Amino acid sequence: MHELTITQSVVDAVTERTGSARVASVRLRVGRLAGVVPDAMAFCFGLVTAGTSLDGAVLEFDQPEGRGRCRTCGREFVLADLLLLCDCGSADVEVLAGRELAVASVVLA
Amino acid sequence: MCGTCGCGESDVRVEGLADGHRHGVSTEHGHPPVHEPRSRTVDIETALLAKNDHLAGHNRSWLAERGIVALNLMSSPGAGKTSLLERTLKGARVGREISVIEGDQETTFDAQRIRDAGARAIQINTGSGCHLDATMIERGLRALDPKPDSLVFLENVGNLVCPALFDLGERAKVVIISVTEGDDKPLKYPHMFAAADLVVVNKTDLLPYVDFDVDRCARDARRLKPTLTVLPLSVRDGSGLGAWYDWLNAL
Repeated sequence: MHELTITQSVVDAVTERTGSARVASVRLRVGRLAGVVPDAMAFCFGLVTAGTSLDGAVLEFDQPEGRGRCRTCGREFVLADLLLLCDCGSADVEVLAGRELAVASVVLA
Repeated sequence: MCGTCGCGESDVRVEGLADGHRHGVSTEHGHPPVHEPRSRTVDIETALLAKNDHLAGHNRSWLAERGIVALNLMSSPGAGKTSLLERTLKGARVGREISVIEGDQETTFDAQRIRDAGARAIQINTGSGCHLDATMIERGLRALDPKPDSLVFLENVGNLVCPALFDLGERAKVVIISVTEGDDKPLKYPHMFAAADLVVVNKTDLLPYVDFDVDRCARDARRLKPTLTVLPLSVRDGSGLGAWYDWLNAL
């Protein structure tokens, strides 16, 4: 359950910037190839925010889809999973998006 | 002064939160909250693994300054991480001195096994934690104090999921899979295999008794990481260990 550690780092990243200001909502960017489950983060969020300035804050997710570019044919396409395979048969695929794992912004109360 | 409404109070911003005010939350301020979302939103834009990655960078520099190579060893529980290390120590065919940081939720069993095999080892118990992180390794390296130009194995907590995301400062990630686990593991745990630099397929002495297709496993793993090296071996009967030693000695 690495989501617990990662969700704790949400609290750290936010309070480092906002101090003790009450936070009404937190927007995270969790790409669909990031290897982190938003539902599990939401579950952990209530636990790790108890007694902090994020207590009771709404957690929102942007979930960018995976996108890859084939280094052989140059085509860009949606990556539904981590299997790096282009329709042209090449497995030499660069992941362009989908691995994001960041706190984007917060709204203060 | 508030840059939006000119009301004489400073706007809420990242710097100077101490004098910030809250637009529209209460009526004390007196004007309608038409510009409220803009004034209350604070951009953070911080990667959630930034701290771990930063500390891992420190570990990597610390190791590089001493010419030490660290390998992050990951697998599900029971795939043979500690057994491979014991065999590697007894085989004495690696050119560098070896020491080990053992990660487990509880017990010092594995560190003791490594010491019994003749190498220095320290144990990290993660308690409820499911993976090692860069902070633990920083502390572990200080405690272990590996010799310059040596090889340090970082044996992660047995888990094919969580350790994949945490950089420890290692030179390479080695994933061990045993043939009794099934050849579908790369596709079932894609993040781990996509992160790996080397996949060791252990317990090949049991291949006659299980339905494990080594070629399928290797092919699927390379669909996740095309540059992956796959080494089938048996810690028990020693077959394939030569390639493992060659890989270690080429680091």
